[in-house]
Amino acid sequence: MTDSPKFDIAERREKLWTIAPMFTEGTPHGAALGLKFVAVDIGRATISLPYNAKLIGDSETRVMFGGAVTALLDQACGLAALAALEKLDALATLDLRIDYMRAATPGETIIAEAHCYKATRDVAFVRAIAHDGDSEDPVASAQAIFMQIKSGSEDHMADRKKAAENIADARGGTARA
Amino acid sequence: MTVSKFTEAQVKSVLGRMPYAKLIGVKPLLMGHELTLIMPYAQEVIGNPVLPALHGGAVSAFMELTAITQLALQGGHTKLPKPVGVNIDYLRRGKPMDTYARALVAREGKRVANVRVRAWQESFNEPISMLHGHFMAPRQSNNG
Repeated sequence: MTDSPKFDIAERREKLWTIAPMFTEGTPHGAALGLKFVAVDIGRATISLPYNAKLIGDSETRVMFGGAVTALLDQACGLAALAALEKLDALATLDLRIDYMRAATPGETIIAEAHCYKATRDVAFVRAIAHDGDSEDPVASAQAIFMQIKSGSEDHMADRKKAAENIADARGGTARA
Repeated sequence: MTVSKFTEAQVKSVLGRMPYAKLIGVKPLLMGHELTLIMPYAQEVIGNPVLPALHGGAVSAFMELTAITQLALQGGHTKLPKPVGVNIDYLRRGKPMDTYARALVAREGKRVANVRVRAWQESFNEPISMLHGHFMAPRQSNNG
């Protein structure tokens, strides 16, 4: 259970929905993979990764590369961690454990659902699953630990918002943030 | 049958079977029969554009790819090895520069292999990330 947060929940929820796409579509790697922000709440995050031929790990089976699922889970866990911590500053992943339960079905979108089950002042413990439609039959599961770091910028989220907008402009699309 | 000697053409052939390798721009560097893979710096592998830092997922996927490539070459497998479970430690921020990775097969059993991968940038002795995990890599003589 996450300790009772020291911020206004309604206000934080609104803020999280504004900044969340910066961690998916708004990062260069997220855009290259095709990560899509789905939902965020206090200590929780959902991100999806639509199937794409670029993401295939074995051209014989056409199954999405395990590493693509890892990147999706890493990002979902990071967002859930951010959504549980008091300060909205940069995060570092300390470690990540992934279990690959079965091959992802070729053609299907993978959905990652992450939950931060404990957050201290600057450390967040997160679990996540990745599935392709049925959360009772997961493709993979993850466990991760994140730590808040000092980014050195006064308002890291504002800087990231600016960076995300630049990425969207460069791609000719519109930022959801 | 463990094959300890392989050529650059064989390495490229294995990488060619993984479209994902192209997405992160992986290139091989063969010194004798020791394989190092390179993930050249590109804007597409950045996760935090403000710091800036490489995306942890890109580094992890690169290390996983290194493990699979090493196993596929060393074991002479017809099918690509599949990951079962991996642990990744992020030790240093990935800077916007080329990243290298090398895999060490700690044990190769009949069906499963344990692999350790080190990823580094400026110095081999200052890894940015390390992976260890199990991969299904059935030996050709025993496909069970």
